[in-house]
Amino acid sequence: MSGLRQRWLGPAMFLPAILYVVALVGVPFVLAFLYSVGDVKVGSVGYHFVGLKNFASVLQNPTFLRSLRNSFVFTVSSQILVLIGANLLALVLKEAFRGRRFLRFLILLPWVAPVSIGSIGWKWILDSLYSVINWVLVLLHLVKPFSAPMWLGEPELAMMSVILVHTWHMLPFATVIILAGWTAIPRDIPEAAAVDGAGFFRRTFQIEIPMMLPIINVAVLFGVIFTFTDMTVIYILTRGGPYDTTQVLPSMAFFTGILGGDLAEGAAISIFLVPLLVAVAWLMLRSAHRAEVA
Amino acid sequence: MAVVRTRGLTKLFGKGQVAAVVGVDLESQEGEFLVLLGPSGSGKTTLLRMIAGLEEPTSGEIWIGGVLVNDLTPRQRRIAMVFQSYALYPHLTVLGNIEFPLKASRVGKEERRRKAQWAADLLGIGRLLGRKPRELSGGERQRVALARAIVREPSVFLLDEPLSNLDAKLRASAREELEQFQKKIGTTTIYVTHDQVEAMAMGDRVVVMNQGSVRQIGTPADVYDEPADTFVATFLGSPPMNLLETSRVIAGFRPEHFHPAGALPGGEPALRLVFRPSHEEYLGAERILYGVIEGGPFDGKKAVARMSSTLSARFAPDTAHDFAVAEKDLKFFDRDTGTRTMRTSLA
Repeated sequence: MSGLRQRWLGPAMFLPAILYVVALVGVPFVLAFLYSVGDVKVGSVGYHFVGLKNFASVLQNPTFLRSLRNSFVFTVSSQILVLIGANLLALVLKEAFRGRRFLRFLILLPWVAPVSIGSIGWKWILDSLYSVINWVLVLLHLVKPFSAPMWLGEPELAMMSVILVHTWHMLPFATVIILAGWTAIPRDIPEAAAVDGAGFFRRTFQIEIPMMLPIINVAVLFGVIFTFTDMTVIYILTRGGPYDTTQVLPSMAFFTGILGGDLAEGAAISIFLVPLLVAVAWLMLRSAHRAEVA
Repeated sequence: MAVVRTRGLTKLFGKGQVAAVVGVDLESQEGEFLVLLGPSGSGKTTLLRMIAGLEEPTSGEIWIGGVLVNDLTPRQRRIAMVFQSYALYPHLTVLGNIEFPLKASRVGKEERRRKAQWAADLLGIGRLLGRKPRELSGGERQRVALARAIVREPSVFLLDEPLSNLDAKLRASAREELEQFQKKIGTTTIYVTHDQVEAMAMGDRVVVMNQGSVRQIGTPADVYDEPADTFVATFLGSPPMNLLETSRVIAGFRPEHFHPAGALPGGEPALRLVFRPSHEEYLGAERILYGVIEGGPFDGKKAVARMSSTLSARFAPDTAHDFAVAEKDLKFFDRDTGTRTMRTSLA
């Protein structure tokens, strides 16, 4: 009995997870791959293999090249901002002070709240007519009422806005990871550094942050994957506009494949992300493994 | 090199409810090896951390080399500390670890290499310079921590139970090495331990602490032979001093001074006692007898006798034997306060 149990218990516990992954990740992935080398449109009944035709057509599309570039700009800039912000926040939050718990809770909020709700809030904050930012700027006589910046309407400002809102959304997660890394450093180490004569900067940048590097790596790689594959903020704030200047690959795939009905081309756009994400995931696993060993 | 002095040093934790260190007055001597000895929770580590500048005193003064250092950061105090865990920087090589204090005090690159090499050679770890701490054994880590501590030529050396992470065999040799090493560099050293063997073997003087305050300061012989109170008398020595309470006084004597009456030189003034051993421990070089005293003012009190295994006499359990303690080996303590009194005999 117990032998039987031992043999089946493990697989039985494992099965739901496998089914889940196969049904919701595996099947769509295979479908996407098949679509990207086929001629499927919404409503079409047949399937013809067309080879790499979809990829060729996508590569000739200037919007695609622009989205590809935007994806990198969006991901790299927001991750740099997240990294700096999360380290600063963690630096403050690791110290003991009155109200630390409350502040930690506040900082977690953007992560806990659904990103769509947060983004809608931001949509109003950045609105061309009702923006509170502009209202304040006008009040301070920094801009004139009718020449206030259109945060989501001008290409550069729009890109900046979506990057900042996405950073706002990603910051808590990275902060929590880095904070955990910081708390995991034994108290003796920074104390030894203090006795050895290191000041705040030397202690932070030569001892503590290098010691946390594997954990910071994990935070960054997670952030890269989340950002590269996410379109919520962009979809709600700009829909990729103005003139596709904030269009990224996931949003373009969605607009082309789902809203435009060209499943094959949408799939080709999404599949484009795969090699990159595989590389990132591999790096992530490797660095997570290292963090474990160290 | 410098003298460390504390005056009325006190540390209270948790809004003042918990007193970790209470009114400690201490003064080291130039180049001395001073050991802080006490059970866990006696405040010895807190005292050391206050001297290092890692813990802020609630009140009192700390002087290092004639300078009041209360408001100075650890780095301004020019001290070096070896932590119980060694606290090596795991991402740096051995060389990186040793060089770190020099980098922090902005020593030039060549000078840094030279000094690191000097410290490494002194501790015999020259061949390990390229390794990471996780690739080292416990003993090697301890040497790296020591090298990192001396490389800056600090005025005072603070060591917090540096041997407690080593296995027993290694600990004995490391103890001797550490002692030799301190004599060689001659830096004033304050060493925290809960191990009385370490304290007795290494200390020029021993500071016995309990519940946050200093119970006695003296040479190892002082604190062992002339304990200032019953705490010191029982904390040092294994098995501890026999303490026999009467209605007026507490009499104490070391187990090794509790002899069979016949073994005592004739004519020596002595306290004679009837001892009924209940069991015996044979420890190779010595034997330890546990039993009860019968008759007289100590009737029914437990006592321990310790004698060399070369002594041929046998003591059958549960039979009474004549034992004696030379009067010069008797110590008396106040019954209420536990402190030593000047009395020299029971009468």
